[in-house]
Amino acid sequence: MEVLNALVALSNFVLIPAIAYGSQLALGALGVTLIYGILRFSNFAHGDTMAFGTMVTVLVTWALQALGIGIAPLPTALLALPFGIAATALLLLGTDRVVYRFYRQQKAAPVILVIVSMGVMFIMNGLTRFIIGPDDQRFADGARFIIKAREFKEMTGLSEGLAIRTTQGITVVTAVIVVALLFWFLNRTRTGKSMRAFSDNEDLALLSGINPDRVVMYTWLIVAALATIAGVLYGLDKSFKPFTYFQLLLPIFASAIVGGLGNPLGAIVGGFVIAFSEVTVTYAWKKVLVYLMPDGLEPTGLVQLMSTDYKFAVSFAILIIVLLFRPTGLFKGKSV
Amino acid sequence: MAEPFLIGDRMTGGYGGADILHDCTLAVEKGQIAVIVGPNGAGKSTAMKAVFGMLNIHSGAVRLDGEDITALSPQARVAKGMAFVPQTQNIFTSMTVEENLEMGAFLRRDDISGTMVQVYDLFPILHDKRRQHAGELSGGQRQQVAVGRALMTQPKLLMLDEPTAGVSPIVMDELFDRIIEVARTGISILMVEQNARQALEIADKGYVLVQGANAFTGTGKELLADPEVRRTFLGG
Repeated sequence: MEVLNALVALSNFVLIPAIAYGSQLALGALGVTLIYGILRFSNFAHGDTMAFGTMVTVLVTWALQALGIGIAPLPTALLALPFGIAATALLLLGTDRVVYRFYRQQKAAPVILVIVSMGVMFIMNGLTRFIIGPDDQRFADGARFIIKAREFKEMTGLSEGLAIRTTQGITVVTAVIVVALLFWFLNRTRTGKSMRAFSDNEDLALLSGINPDRVVMYTWLIVAALATIAGVLYGLDKSFKPFTYFQLLLPIFASAIVGGLGNPLGAIVGGFVIAFSEVTVTYAWKKVLVYLMPDGLEPTGLVQLMSTDYKFAVSFAILIIVLLFRPTGLFKGKSV
Repeated sequence: MAEPFLIGDRMTGGYGGADILHDCTLAVEKGQIAVIVGPNGAGKSTAMKAVFGMLNIHSGAVRLDGEDITALSPQARVAKGMAFVPQTQNIFTSMTVEENLEMGAFLRRDDISGTMVQVYDLFPILHDKRRQHAGELSGGQRQQVAVGRALMTQPKLLMLDEPTAGVSPIVMDELFDRIIEVARTGISILMVEQNARQALEIADKGYVLVQGANAFTGTGKELLADPEVRRTFLGG
């Protein structure tokens, strides 16, 4: 019984939140890694791209709610998601047209593109704050829980409760579907293969007649979808605040780099590595240990290795450790 | 005499700085093999790139089947029936052998399975390894993938930049045999080779370049028999 209770507590406070957070990071890191692999630069505007997509989705969600349109018990935001993706796609294609394309034609060095993307980041940053403001916005509706802690206790007779929020369930299911679609696209379709070829060897892709403009366009479209989905899932799970999305850039980059930049599979693994490290290191283990340790030996402190304020430090510690031992990431990534 | 199938006629140009090619002429007849040899730094690869439109020539012209293609981009030349196998980085290492071939046929909208069978007939080892990543193959097998990829467009002209660089002598002979086989199917071949003697043996036409200009031109046999060429380039 004690072990079961410990397991439930662990799932409730560590496993489930980390899986949901990991899925969100993985989707974000996939976008970063695709841009790095195909457009060959680290896109610092990715966090704010997510914020923009989420903002549009939030606005459309409010409109739908006002009109009384919903898909209860699922959150209305899922219905608004396609609008967010479409708006983000337009924004990214527009940005590419007026900013990135110029530097591509100049054959600018990747480091210049990084700085350019920082400029884009500030613009998007301002745009989002200008439209929706810097404050916290809640837009989740529909059923709050798949399983409530009290129901779980009554069902199982355990003293520990297990709660799974709807948003956590939706996050994981959506992430699985999106990742499956993405891999099917990259590995099975002509366009997807041409994107991989372009990422692998740009000159040879050109010699094979692959049109670079189309590859770039498809990349931005996919990135728009990934960024918006990741942003909306994160916003549903927590809340939407532009600054949080800007901060998310850090664990997202850590995920992409830990997995191996340019490698989609690595981005997913990296996302979960970072999420699990952040959650386990900042979790107060007292509760789990009380169940597991023999009587009299239970810890009196919280057994929390680090305060949650330091969670970003965890991503970077992992990042540094991985880079020290495997400079191209856990999976074979590339360095431009 | 009718004009050759492909001719790079009196090409002069370079990468932007000083000219590397000076009045350099290369030509190949339909279904024949033309080989460019010469010492290091003679502009052999540069001449190939000029024919394929990868660098600017400010005088001279490139004509394919009588059509002036001097102004066309490399991609447009691919669509005209030219295929180029670069010396290095000539395969997609992270993709399977089969995907490499598919990418070679990217411009084609028709059924490519027939051409793929032909490539596998030519290079049986590629069929065995078709699900393997091209980056995991040996040097000789990689070159076969590279040539196979180029053949997937069903080109009329195949350009090879040192196809035998870095492969063992046995594999080299094997590759030369395959190149002859490709030429027999009616595809013209223009290639640069380090192994001058072996290359000239299979060449219908040979060009010796020195400092970006034609030094000697003749059939492969003539060049092999020429005492001057033998003494200066073939080591006696």
